[in-house]
Amino acid sequence: MAKRIEVSGLNVYYGDFKAVEDVSMTIEPRSVTAFIGPSGCGKSTYLRTLNRMHEVIPGARVEGKVMLDQQDLYASGVDPVAVRRVVGMVFQRPNPFPTMSIFDNVASGLKLNGVKDRKKLTEVVERSLHGANLWNEVKDRLDKPGAGLSGGQQQRLCIARAIAVEPEVILMDEPCSALDPISTLAIEDLIEKLKDRFTVVIVTHNMQQAARVSDQTAFFNLAATGKPGRLIEMGPTKQIFSNPNEKATEDYITGRFG
Amino acid sequence: MTTTLAANRPAYDGKTLDLTGKSGARAFRNTLASVLITLCFLIALIPLVWILWTVISKGYGLLLDGGWWSESQRGVTVRREGGGAYHAIMGTLIMALITAVIAVPIAILGAIYLVEYGRGTKAARVVSFMIDILTGVPSIVAALFVYAVWITVFGFNRVGFAVSLSLVLLMLPVVLRSTEEMLKLVPDELREASYALGVPKWKTILKVVVPTAFGGIITGVMLGLARVMGETAPLLILVGYSKNINLNPFEGFMGALPTMINQDRTELALQPAADRVWAAALTLILLVLLLNILARLVARFSKVNSK
Ligand SMILES: Nc1ncnc2c1ncn2[C@@H]1O[C@H](COP(=O)(O)OP(=O)(O)OP(=O)(O)O)[C@@H](O)[C@H]1O
Ligand SMILES: [Mg+2]
Repeated sequence: MAKRIEVSGLNVYYGDFKAVEDVSMTIEPRSVTAFIGPSGCGKSTYLRTLNRMHEVIPGARVEGKVMLDQQDLYASGVDPVAVRRVVGMVFQRPNPFPTMSIFDNVASGLKLNGVKDRKKLTEVVERSLHGANLWNEVKDRLDKPGAGLSGGQQQRLCIARAIAVEPEVILMDEPCSALDPISTLAIEDLIEKLKDRFTVVIVTHNMQQAARVSDQTAFFNLAATGKPGRLIEMGPTKQIFSNPNEKATEDYITGRFG
Repeated sequence: MTTTLAANRPAYDGKTLDLTGKSGARAFRNTLASVLITLCFLIALIPLVWILWTVISKGYGLLLDGGWWSESQRGVTVRREGGGAYHAIMGTLIMALITAVIAVPIAILGAIYLVEYGRGTKAARVVSFMIDILTGVPSIVAALFVYAVWITVFGFNRVGFAVSLSLVLLMLPVVLRSTEEMLKLVPDELREASYALGVPKWKTILKVVVPTAFGGIITGVMLGLARVMGETAPLLILVGYSKNINLNPFEGFMGALPTMINQDRTELALQPAADRVWAAALTLILLVLLLNILARLVARFSKVNSK
């Protein structure tokens, strides 16, 4: 499990609009990589290219290479559906399936892909809920609707759903931005635990969070409004936060930005 | 923090903030608008209550008679009492069922195409435009169209199935449009959540999008059915009225509630015929109501344990 991602020369477009320009980076397996940067600089856009989710938007396209170990995700003949089975995603707003119970939500990835074996499903659901630190809170009401949980619980449910399909990589786009500090801590603890098994990439606006959970930090910025976003620098989180190479990074981190 | 904020605020002098009472002119306009709106609502209610009252008070008598639900009008002339509406109820239900079986899948698949696959494409715009036109087609035109194809071109007889075909043309746009609206209400985040699990698009639509919109889709189907069950022109043109029980939509004339009303209407001055007209009208209303209740139950129980 867990794979290395190597991106080179990636440009991302919405129709004619170039949102992200010339990004190259390496994301290490079994580590947490944080993306930080001002709003609108293309963090979400770039993140979504890592599991080919970008292309569900009409007119959206990508140039460049994203290698997952030895495989180029954008090579011709690669099926985006297969890519997403390997690279899972957790979204900013918790989005459990409203028609499904807690159990079915976690099992949905397997069930929708044709797994019927009840014993296996039960086992995976329990393991995933444990993995998402949610088991104790929901074990007595697995048949209740997932939408009936609190926001923080829903987000952990979504994480359980994502890890239930056993991906190699988990992408998280501001997973805590809709949550209170306690739920946020719960998720941060969880991320710490997830990196034993998965490669985790997380977008966050919270500097402390990036400093707390990540091993590597990548700082994105816009040259000017209307210009595409770029990767300014990337390095070990300790170094980025204590001694960045670029002035822009330092300004952003210390809040002297714009 | 809080202290600095408080210090910066101007002291409350007791005058700048007056939150009590409205100014006279605004209060007057507010009252006027409320009265007008309530009045309009009541006026709109008058015909509805009136119709319901008339139909119920004049029609309920026969409905209490068991024969109404089990007998046909066989051998009963307009001048005589007796017989029931079984033949017409069954006719209406059979034709509506066939209509639904044909129209609903086409409408739902069409709506799925428009929302999930065709968005923004030229083909979708053309289809959408056609649906708009179809929405405006009067029932008699739909009936004449089917007459021209079914009877004139193919040489088939006037039968219940032909009625269903024309009703499909009327039901399709209603169900398609309402389904389309319901599918649009399903947030993209749910679709993306499903894609992110490596679920293909078609399966996402089938197992996530449609179930989420299911209650609304069913409501649309019921609205379509209600519209279609009261249509009279297609019945008059495409199948003759029969007083006998005929459950075969491919052969022979067939009774239906609207045409039963139309039959007895010709002798409305006679009490037995008038009674049957009102009873048949009430039966039609009840059928639609029943279908509505059924649909709500289906929609409720199809949701997983939503408490
Ligand atoms: N669906 C879309 N269609 C067209 N342009 C888009 C779309 N989504 C985002 N953009 C544009 O792409 C650029 C990058 O947006 P993106 O959402 O990736 O920024 P972000 O860094 O994630 O911002 P935030 O921190 O606010 O989430 C912005 O200029 C935005 O307007
Ligand atoms: Mg974003």
